[in-house]
Amino acid sequence: MLQVTDAVVRYGAITALHGISFNVDQGEIVTLLGANGAGKTTTLRMLSGLHAPSSGSINFEGQDVTKTKAHDFTTLGISHVPEGRRIFPSMSVEENLEMGAFNRKGSFSDDMERMYVTFPILKDRRKQLGGNLSGGEQQMLAIARALMSQPRLLLLDEPSMGLAPMIVETIFRIIGEIRDSGTTVFVVEQNASTALHLADRGYVMENGRIVFGDTAQNLLHDERVRAVYLGESVEGA
Amino acid sequence: MGGFGHYLASHLVTMRKEFWFLFVGGVANGFLYGMVAVGYTLVYGVLRLINFAHSEIFMSGGFAGYFVMKALIGTSSPNGFATVYLIIIGIVAGGVVGAVVATLLERVAYRPLRKRNAPKLAYLISAIGASYFLFNMAGKEFGRYSISVPQPYINHTVFTIFGAPVQLYYIVILIAGVIMLLGLDRVVATTKLGRSIRAVAQDAETASLMGVNIDRTIALTFIVGGALGGAAGFLFGLGTGVVYTMGFTPALKAFTAAVLGGIGNLRGAMIGGLLLGVAESLSVVFVQAAYIDVVAFGILVAVLLFRPTGILGERLGRAA
Repeated sequence: MLQVTDAVVRYGAITALHGISFNVDQGEIVTLLGANGAGKTTTLRMLSGLHAPSSGSINFEGQDVTKTKAHDFTTLGISHVPEGRRIFPSMSVEENLEMGAFNRKGSFSDDMERMYVTFPILKDRRKQLGGNLSGGEQQMLAIARALMSQPRLLLLDEPSMGLAPMIVETIFRIIGEIRDSGTTVFVVEQNASTALHLADRGYVMENGRIVFGDTAQNLLHDERVRAVYLGESVEGA
Repeated sequence: MGGFGHYLASHLVTMRKEFWFLFVGGVANGFLYGMVAVGYTLVYGVLRLINFAHSEIFMSGGFAGYFVMKALIGTSSPNGFATVYLIIIGIVAGGVVGAVVATLLERVAYRPLRKRNAPKLAYLISAIGASYFLFNMAGKEFGRYSISVPQPYINHTVFTIFGAPVQLYYIVILIAGVIMLLGLDRVVATTKLGRSIRAVAQDAETASLMGVNIDRTIALTFIVGGALGGAAGFLFGLGTGVVYTMGFTPALKAFTAAVLGGIGNLRGAMIGGLLLGVAESLSVVFVQAAYIDVVAFGILVAVLLFRPTGILGERLGRAA
């Protein structure tokens, strides 16, 4: 479904991604693990057109999207939940959801209702300003907003950041449901354990490179992953 | 005793009459300031910069209105329906030319800087340069003297408030101002264009992730702000005449109004415009006529010193 080949991203003189390659297949949840500054967020930003790669290519459903502009990605079927949620603070919950459906033609009230079923708290808060929601509510709104464009691929950047464990559990349960309903998910996460328990496959990034990738099961038992990302002390690692 | 009481009463009547006379003029000016101020505040919302060439959008609208009035009216004295049509045509002409000049400004003076991620100071210098270019160009082309605009009506007192005359000119401004400002408010609050303008103002990058074309939204913001500024230029020119420097003071006052209301806040700009118009007009009663501009810019300094967020600008980037 998504195929990234030798993608290089530069910020001025600094190279953030040194030619990364990976793929995401239809129906999967794929997670990208790595320390702060490894290039995870840059990878997602590249996948939604916020930072075009200076070389390499991105292919989505057989179409070359390497040079596609950010505002055209929702129409293609890729939706991005940015790091830090980035809710429009002075728009109501309802308006934030409408923003998610910005480029859709025709009525989207069915989807809005579906979001309110999945996230009942958003229905209670529909007239409130996005800026007045709690962190967990904002994360739910950010996910619901991204789903309003009916994406086939959902990109999630650190959905657990700054949230209480119970909320994280809810969010990840919903991410699983999103996959089950047919949307492929690519999720960047610091919380490696939670991410790997949910994901089908994972990649590990270090210093702007993908160092290895495997099934989530194998990664959970991989010594390097356990030592560095799951915080377990493994002898000899 | 009776004599003094009578004197006081008649003095109060005179004062009341003067107050309402100035109040009406202040409200009319306030609507003009508001129409220009929304241009500053909308552009500030999406670009975080003050379009200091907005004064020349106002001036262009004034001249556009002048040429159209000159062509259509000549030496005749229209009335009735002809007046209404002429005013609408003048507003549309001012608005269209204002929007065109605003678009040119965005394309020539701002967009190239934006594409290069230029520092804010570069925009300011670019704006001042564009402004000087435009008004000097107008001075060269149209002469450097004030020209009175052929009137689409015979200005007269329509009714009085407490003895103070309310002239047709003020009523024209009032009706046009209310329609345009309310219309703009509704457009920004309820339409897709309005939502995209607010989204870009609040978080441009996230707006683009939602599918909003940022370049297009910025261009449309300039068009909307330019149209209102140009229309205001026409209405202002009707009363005061047109001259190449006509934009400078009114636009600076409108900028003051935008800051007073809270820059970036649309309703703030409207309220700020009305407050400023009334305040400077009433300063004639409480201070002296010669101090009108001093009062207006004194308000700017006071707001910047004591409440830099303005009346409604509790948060940066709130455009509605």
